[in-house]
Parts: sequence; C-alpha cells; structure tokens
Amino acid sequence: MTTHLPRDEQDASAIIRDASEKGVLLSLSGQNTKAEMGRPNQTDASISSVALTGITLYEPAEMVISAKSGTPVSEVMRTLAEKGQELPFEPMDYRPLLGTKAEPTIGSVAAMNLSGPRRITAGAARDSLIGVRFVNGRGEAVKSGGRVMKNVTGLDLVKLMAGSWGTLGFITEVTFKVLPKQERMVTLVLRGLKDDRAVEALSQALGSPYDVTGAAHIPARNRQGASTLIRLEGFSVSVDYRLGELRRLLKPFGGSTDILEGRGAEAVWQSLRDATLLTDSADRAIWRVSTAPTKGAEFTKRVTQALDAQWFYDWGGGLIWISAPVDGDAGASVLRETTQALGGHATLVRAPAETRSAVDVFEPQSDTLMTLTKGIKASFDPAGILNPGRMYAGV
Amino acid sequence: MTIAFPTPDEAVLARRKEIIEGLARLVASEALIVSEDERRAFETDGLTAYRQIPLAVVLPSTTQEVSAVMKFCHEHGVKVVPRGAGTSLCGGAIPQPDAIVLGVAKMNRVLDINFEGRTARVQSGITNLGISQAVAHEGFFYAPDPSSQLACTIAGNIAMNSGGAHCLKYGVTTNNLLGVTMVMLDGTVVEIGGEHLDSSGYDLLGLVCGSEGQLGVVTEAVVRILRAAEGARPALFGFERAEDAGACVAAIIGAGIIPVALEYMDKPAIQICEAFAHAGYPLDVEAMLIVELEGSDQEIDDMLRRIVAIAEPFRPKTMKVSQSEAESAAIWKGRKSAFGATGRVADYICMDGTIPTGQLPYVLKRIDEIVRSYGLGVANVFHAGDGNLHPLVMFNTNVPGEMEKAEKAGEDILRLCVEVGGCLTGEHGVGIEKRDLMTCQFNEADLAQQMRVRGVFDPRWLLNPAKVFPLEGRLAA
Repeated sequence: MTTHLPRDEQDASAIIRDASEKGVLLSLSGQNTKAEMGRPNQTDASISSVALTGITLYEPAEMVISAKSGTPVSEVMRTLAEKGQELPFEPMDYRPLLGTKAEPTIGSVAAMNLSGPRRITAGAARDSLIGVRFVNGRGEAVKSGGRVMKNVTGLDLVKLMAGSWGTLGFITEVTFKVLPKQERMVTLVLRGLKDDRAVEALSQALGSPYDVTGAAHIPARNRQGASTLIRLEGFSVSVDYRLGELRRLLKPFGGSTDILEGRGAEAVWQSLRDATLLTDSADRAIWRVSTAPTKGAEFTKRVTQALDAQWFYDWGGGLIWISAPVDGDAGASVLRETTQALGGHATLVRAPAETRSAVDVFEPQSDTLMTLTKGIKASFDPAGILNPGRMYAGV
Repeated sequence: MTIAFPTPDEAVLARRKEIIEGLARLVASEALIVSEDERRAFETDGLTAYRQIPLAVVLPSTTQEVSAVMKFCHEHGVKVVPRGAGTSLCGGAIPQPDAIVLGVAKMNRVLDINFEGRTARVQSGITNLGISQAVAHEGFFYAPDPSSQLACTIAGNIAMNSGGAHCLKYGVTTNNLLGVTMVMLDGTVVEIGGEHLDSSGYDLLGLVCGSEGQLGVVTEAVVRILRAAEGARPALFGFERAEDAGACVAAIIGAGIIPVALEYMDKPAIQICEAFAHAGYPLDVEAMLIVELEGSDQEIDDMLRRIVAIAEPFRPKTMKVSQSEAESAAIWKGRKSAFGATGRVADYICMDGTIPTGQLPYVLKRIDEIVRSYGLGVANVFHAGDGNLHPLVMFNTNVPGEMEKAEKAGEDILRLCVEVGGCLTGEHGVGIEKRDLMTCQFNEADLAQQMRVRGVFDPRWLLNPAKVFPLEGRLAA
C-alpha cells in the first residue's frame, strides 16, 4: 500500500486531488499511535503528516502557538514549557492504553478533539483550537479561524475539523491558544466515599467559588480504598487559601483527607488523564462515556448490574472510563441502553478490530443528525475518499 | 449607505396576502404582526443606518409553532430572518421586504436549572442577563457578558457566538454552550448536545454557534452556569503613552496572570465615558487599562501587588484600585456604556476587528491616521487581553457624505486588522456590515467550503440569506 508523505500543503493538495479523481480511498494519519481506534476501514493508500513538522509561530505574550500538523505533541509542550505555558486542555496520551510507542502529532490532538481532566474548566482541544489549515476531499487547501483568539468571522469550520477523525480533511497546520502554567498544584483527597457520595462531593467542590481544575473519583478496588480527588492550581497564596476553604466545605463528607502535592500528585492526574488506571488487563475493552455529572453514579450502577466492569470518574462524575470483558459485543448494548436512558454518549476506545467492526464505536446518532453528518461529509469530501467509515458507516 | 440588499422576489411580494393567511393558520393572532406601523418596529437592529420593512413578523411561543412556520416558509419559498432582541451591531437581524421575521423573544422561560450539574436549560428568547438573574440566588451566573446583556437574547448570542468583557477567563458563547434544540428550515426539530460535555460525531454545536441564523432557529439551549467568585475588584491604570499601556498588557500576561477582564480605553473614550458615568476615570492620560481580578480579598490583594509591580516600569500616571462595590459598579458602568455614551455626543459606527496584541501600538497609530484622513474622529475601547478592538468612528449624520466616509474608514480599519494577521470580527458577527469584506479574509476555496456547509442546512438560501456571504458567487451544498 502506498504511503504518501507530503512535504507541504501543495503536495497534500495534489495527492488528494489525484486520489479523488481516481477514487482512491485514503487513510489519514500522523504517527499512527491511534491507528487501532475507531471503526476499522479498508483503504487503498495512506497519507501521513509526518513530514509536515515545525512550530511556525509562537508568541508567548499573545498566548498563541501554531505548528504544522505532524509536529510531535512533545515538541509543542516543551516549547511552551520553556516560556512557562501549556496547552490548557491537558490532551490525553492514548499510547499507554493502546500499547503504541511513536510520538503522537499535534494534528491528531485537533483531529480527535483530545482533552484531559481540565476539560471541565478549560474546555477540550476544540475550545483552544483557534485556527486550522486543511486539504478537503477535493484537494483544495482551506483555512478557517486564524491566530487571534476572538474570531467569529464566517462559519466556524475549526469546530467541525476538531474531532472529525480525518473524515473531512487532511489537517496541515493548527493554531492553539495557550495559557500560563500555574505556579502550584495541590490535590485534596477524600478517602472512602461511595460513588454517589463522591459525585456529590465533587459537585459541591465544582459548584464552589474555589476554581477547581480537576475532580475525579477512583472507587475502591482490590485492597485499595476509594479516593476522591480535587485539584487546585494557581499562585501559592491563593492555592493555600482555597484549599483551606474547600476542606471546610467538604467536612460533612467525613472520612480522612490527604493533601497530595509534587510529583506524586502529577502522576495521579496523568494516570487519570491517560486512563492508565484501567490498563491492568490489556485484553479488556475500554469505553469512554460522557454524561451529565449528576448521572454518573447511576450510570455505572446500571452498567455494573449487567457487566463485570471496572471504572473511574473524571470531570466531576461526567466522564466515566469503563473497562469490560471483550467477549460478545464488549458491553455495547448495555452501555448504549444506558446512554439512551440517562443521556450522553459512549465511545469504544479499545477493542479488537473484529469487535470494532461489529459494534458501533461511536454513539449512534438520531436520523436527523445522521442526515446532517452525511451532508457535511459530502460537502467536504464528495467522493468519500478521506478515512471512509472511520467514524460511521457511509461517512 | 453602501451595502446592497438583494432585489426582493416580486412573486413573493405578490403573494403577501396568501402568505399571511397561511401563517395566521399556524400561530395565535397576537403572534402575527402584519400592519405596517407594527412591522416598522422590526425594520432594523443595532445597525440603524439600514432599514427594511419585512413582509410580516411572527413571534411564536413554542418550538412546535416555530417548526410549523419554518415548514410553511420552506414549502412556499419564503425567506426567514431570525431575530432575538434585535441588538446586532452588524445588521444580523435586519429584515428584507420579501422575508418574514421570526422572533423568539416570547420564548423567554427558564426550563430547568441543575445547580449540582452546573447547567441551565432555557428557552432561547431569554435575555443573557436573565439567565444570570435566574441562578444568582445560589451564587451562580452565566459567564459571557456582551455589553448589551440586559437586552440581548441567548438566541442572538448563540447566532453570533457573542463574547464580552470577561471572556479572557471564561471564554465566549461557544465555550459555555452544551446543547441546543434547533428547528431547521423544513420544520425538522433537531437536538444537538445535551447536559454532557462534547458529543459523538461532528461538532455540530460548534458549527451552529456563530452561524448567524443561517442554519436553523435555536429555540432552547443548555448552557453552563458557573459559581461566581467570592469577590471581584477592578483597578484603573492610566498611561501617558498608548504604547506603554499595550506593553503593560503583554507584561501582565507574560507574567502568567490572566485577569478576569483587561480592558483598554483611549483618551477620547475615557472622556466620553467619564462625562456619562462619573466613574473617576483619569482625564489627563492617553490610555487607560481596567484590570479586574477575582477571588477572596486576600487573593485579590496578592494579585494586585503583582500587577502593580509589573506596571511600574511603564510609569503609569495613575493607579487606582476600587475601594467599594459602588466604585466598581461605576468603573464598569463607564466601560459598558461606552457605545451608548458615544452615541450621545456623535453618530458612530463600531468596528469589531481582532488583531494580534503585539500589533497594538502600530494598529492604534494607523487607525488614528486612517480616521483623520477622512476628517473624522475615533474613540477606542476594547478587550486588550485578546486584541478585540472596538474603534468607534464618529461622524455627523446631518453632514452629507460623512456617514459614507465613516463606513469607508471602518472598512480600511478592518482591512488593516486582517493585514496584520487578525480578523474582521471578534464578537459582533459579519451580518450585512462585513459581508462584502469577507473576500479580504478568505479566499475562494475557504468561502466555498463554508457555503457548501451552509448549503447542507439551507440549500435554497432562504434563511437569513442577505448576510455573511457576498451576494455574488453563492453556492449550495
């Protein structure tokens, strides 16, 4: 199978225009660290961003960074860290879950709309992505957004590109707004709470004026007791003050509390971000569920009545990572019944290819949404050559 | 008066009576406005230089009524101009003679508040401030705060992806919206998003937000509500040179501090606003920053100490921290009434381009030169942290030709914004005002892709069709 490695946007245009004329189906990728995600699809050739690298603009005082899509995420993060800044949305790293090794690209962060625990206050990649350049399925180079953080000029195609999994266009360059990295981070840990009480505690923390930037709950498992984690970031004086207030606020939840700080705390949030808490058995299916935070505990109650599942919560109870046995439909019917009943959506992020072919990887959409989805796909890629079927059949 | 409207469709005008009879069967009689006098109330929005009386005005009370009206218009080829409160500064809600206005103002109820999950479901005709008021008893608020928040609706905010003075910390509408119920032109009601974060599939919510009423009519919205900070305090810094104020902004951000608001006013703006609001603004400086900080008293004190130290090298002529609620309110009253106060001393058009903040000193100098070259004056008020400019180009309507000059100056300013790496509009939208300038920011392929997406929702260009895209060269799906 041919792998195209365009060196610039013109190259990419020519390759895709040619493919569209000949009806050649293309797989779009960066370093392929997330190739085993989504619906498996059959393509004739692939086009990768690995030769499109380099940071093209970085203005720390304007809090904006642009990079070619094949630039390693690690390079972007390192460049930002040198000036005390970071990507606000804390993009997760799927490599530990998927067992891949290469350097993920910044383009994939946009294309998959990645985020992490700070999603609850800082948004996902889509909220920080302010500009994108891409080549659509006609081979046309298109830009949307730009390099300024307030921009409502025209339809916001940036949002459409974020999370479209390469089905609408081959991203060549992205621009993100960034934020200063906070001076200090501490985590308040409440011990021994059951799921529903833990979500209540997280809701109170998130509904407080104390600027919580992480709110997760790890249920009791094996011999480990349950931990409910609340993260505060900021200037040291402010963090101390807010920590004191939060402890007072959450006193009624009882139990013992700990304060985590430094490397240990960073490691915990990284394991929550990357869902490595669930990787103890690599042969289980992994689901990522987003629902209303107040439905989180009920969601897992229903799922665990039917499935041998393990789970933890992030986003104050709104994000649930679930591992389930891979046999049969890997739990798809149970999870989808539950999203139908309680709202939200479930994505099968890890399962063998045959399972991902047999069940819907992404939450099925209403007929109306599906009609719009297909219309949008056709408006970008009329020949249907870009990552066909990666998200939904026929898209 | 340089912006053109499409020629009205004579066939639709000729069928006016029949169309009105059809609409009358779909909505209660008080929801249908047909007399010329009453229709005149809807002839313009915040861009008052342009006026067009619509064919009829419909003010439905339910999503079902909106759906019935849209379906009818779709079947009969009647254009629809959606409207919230009509505060658009770019003419986004200005009607056409062969279009009906579909206003959502009657649908203004709060449907559900979930404090624990931090969301509110509202009908789209509720005002922006109305949401904050509905949740204030628990200490919550809705974050985006456009200056028109007392009057503007969430429907309009969603259509324009509105910002406000506090979006440096809290983001704009698109960052605070979780779901919508939207009626499409053929009457189909679609639910996008919900009470959860992100969605499966394409980010249609992100696409609808800021689509200027071209994709559908939003009738309900789920928005994120936030717990308000314990306190907030603005401080004023006056500088002798505009460059110093600009450099001070960069230094504050460079030090890792993101104030909840960071506003810039130049001398003319300071004087106009001070005369109106008596906010205690310094009158002897060239530029002023309003820096607002949030948190407990001790947190605010700590941040202020840091900011004062950062500002020092730029030799601020005045530094004044608000000492009371009343003083804070006055400081913000001055800023938020900048447009209204300017309107008392002159006619003006308000531009809304965004620039990379590093270009601030150059752009301010050029704006001054441009406006002076047309023999007019300008007051600058803007969100300095994000580079979203609001030059108010002042003129006198009674002097023949001045308005055209102001429009030309505004156009030159927007071209300048794009030239230095910015954009035509940061938060007001394109509407009719910037429609014909879209080609300076976007090339043919960029615009074609946007129009094809638009065409998926409205292939016949019946929804708010005179807006956003140049009238020539329009594409369907």
